[in-house]
Amino acid sequence: MQLLNEWAFIGVFFAIAWVFPLLPIAGSWFLRPHKPNAIKQQTYECGVETVGDTWVQFKVQYYIYALVFLVFDVEMVFLFPWAVAYKQLDWFAFGAGFLFIFLLADALIYAWRKNALEWI
Amino acid sequence: MITINAQSIAFILFSLFILGGGLGVVTTRNLIHGALYLILSLFGVAGFFVLLSAPFLAAVQVLVYIGAIAILIIFAVMLTRSMTSLTEAFNRQWWLAGLVGGLLFIFLAAGIILPVWGASSAYAGQPVSDVVATTTDLGIALVDGNQYVLPFEVASLLLTAAMIGAIVIARDDE
Amino acid sequence: MEQQCRDLINTLAACMVAGGTDPNLANLLSALLGVVLVATLPLVTVILLIWVERKFAARIQDRLGPNRVGPFGLLQSVADALKMLTKEDITPAGADRFIFNLAPIIAFAVVVLIWAVIPFTPLHVGSDLSVGILYFVGVGSIGAVKVMVAGWSSNNKYALLGAFRTIAQLVSYEVPMILALLIPVMMAGSMSMQDITRAQGGMWYIFASPLAFLIFFISNLAETGRAPFDLIEAESELVAGYNIEYSGFKFGMFMAGEFMHVFTVAVLTAVLFLGGWWGPGVEQIPALGFVYLGLKTMAVYFAMLLIRNTVPRFRIDQVMNFNWKFMVPLSIVVVLVQAFLMRITTSLGLAPNEAGDFVSNLPQTIVLLLGNLAIIAVVLNMIRNRGRQQRLADEAAAAHSDLAHPAGAPAGD
Repeated sequence: MQLLNEWAFIGVFFAIAWVFPLLPIAGSWFLRPHKPNAIKQQTYECGVETVGDTWVQFKVQYYIYALVFLVFDVEMVFLFPWAVAYKQLDWFAFGAGFLFIFLLADALIYAWRKNALEWI
Repeated sequence: MITINAQSIAFILFSLFILGGGLGVVTTRNLIHGALYLILSLFGVAGFFVLLSAPFLAAVQVLVYIGAIAILIIFAVMLTRSMTSLTEAFNRQWWLAGLVGGLLFIFLAAGIILPVWGASSAYAGQPVSDVVATTTDLGIALVDGNQYVLPFEVASLLLTAAMIGAIVIARDDE
Repeated sequence: MEQQCRDLINTLAACMVAGGTDPNLANLLSALLGVVLVATLPLVTVILLIWVERKFAARIQDRLGPNRVGPFGLLQSVADALKMLTKEDITPAGADRFIFNLAPIIAFAVVVLIWAVIPFTPLHVGSDLSVGILYFVGVGSIGAVKVMVAGWSSNNKYALLGAFRTIAQLVSYEVPMILALLIPVMMAGSMSMQDITRAQGGMWYIFASPLAFLIFFISNLAETGRAPFDLIEAESELVAGYNIEYSGFKFGMFMAGEFMHVFTVAVLTAVLFLGGWWGPGVEQIPALGFVYLGLKTMAVYFAMLLIRNTVPRFRIDQVMNFNWKFMVPLSIVVVLVQAFLMRITTSLGLAPNEAGDFVSNLPQTIVLLLGNLAIIAVVLNMIRNRGRQQRLADEAAAAHSDLAHPAGAPAGD
């Protein structure tokens, strides 16, 4: 039950954390002027009108960074329990963790050699 | 049978998150909106893990699914030309998906109503386990030679392979 | 019950139940009060910190800084907030209205949420989660979602481009940050912030693993978009990055959220590597811990200010290369060396005992520190060799081009 109580606090926190930013934004509704017009609401651009669709295609490099990040992120999920238990573990567990991280480093070296980490 | 307390309220709330998010994902035409609904749904799943006293999995759910996979999906959407301003429905096989989903639902519902898993099953009333597994237990089990050390290493190998495969596919222009 | 009632903040619920309140209501009310207390703290602090930051920057740049509103200009942030409240709020044409308005709220809320797990004193912590560290990383990773949402919904190319760059930077630097977090977790054997702080009673982790501290510190500079990684703002290229279309108090929320995030990571650095609330006499008077934590946080914060005001900005390709080709490999090496040395010291019986006092921590800390220094020496040597090769190559190229085009000859054809 103690466990759940700690999380109940987090639950309450999640429930009201968004009130803090919402209050001033809502409050400014009463204080600020409301005078929209078409020119004012144009999309910001450096002195000229915007051309074409905003949602343009992006280069693949962003996706590759996100992919490499995802792989590392999932590896972390396995490494954190290992790290928590580390003080109670023996040499075998050290070897297991070493191999795990070594394979991770391997993937990084591959990405590096293939120039997948290059900003192009 | 159903008592109203903080846990059941939270359960209902998270269920609404998951179902509402899931409904939003399949009904919206806008792919970015779909991704945001998916985040809501995944957040509800994280809440379920907390209610099941699995805080580690809850944190992992947020970290991996919301922090990484949702971002990856959005990047993938943005990579694909003119996918974001798509207005026509292109899911012509919706009836097939609906059929599979409906069958799965009937199967799971039957499992709960019929005496297999639910309150009327043979397992009802028996304590699941009197030991609460902590993250430390998980860590010990993961690298224990008699338990999960092989899956642990295979997972690493699998992820390495996944990354190599992804890089090969994503950069086939060279 | 009288005994339980002494520390009002922690046992408010017990006191109320003793006073005859319904237990559920008492729990809810005390949780609400706790949340408001914990969340208001950064809100109040950030108002002061903006003043501190502006004064500090002004002094470095030989200016006076804010000095008109209130004593020493202390109320400048309040005046700015009031000004922002009265500014017209423009939603650009073609924006996705709901999401556009949602983004600043997420931006601010996620930073407040991190404060739920920060231990202020030995007794006072919002919520001592067993997975506190992962909670911090998980909530922090929602930050990328807010950037995406803001950049996409604005219907502006600069905003979208800025958002993509920002996210690429955020997710990249999360890798060394999480790897560096493994080190306090390994040494404390727990992911709870309170446990990690308590385990530093004998020795702060910055002495055992200065490299982990540095990696955590630097990647957090990047996570918060601080100089020299502030190119997600990039006034001269992307005009203001993902939040360009925001005005009025919505923009204020992004700005205040960023300031608070910087302060929050300073607190976390203090908790994880500088011993948190530990200090002389803290076991007798727990409230002192709050003061110690504040002092340590300010030390980290001033280091961040100093870097912000003195280091020039990186280019985007340099930012990415620095992360993937330096920070990530280095943090992997640091984790491996840490694991190896901890294993050896445990085998030799040098690991700290249960009490974890200064003397029992000393042998292991010295071994770990030497390991860290060895890594630093190797890395510096590699950088020096690399630099020399580069210089020689440059000189050779220059000599070659001198031959082809003698000095004084008109360059280009």
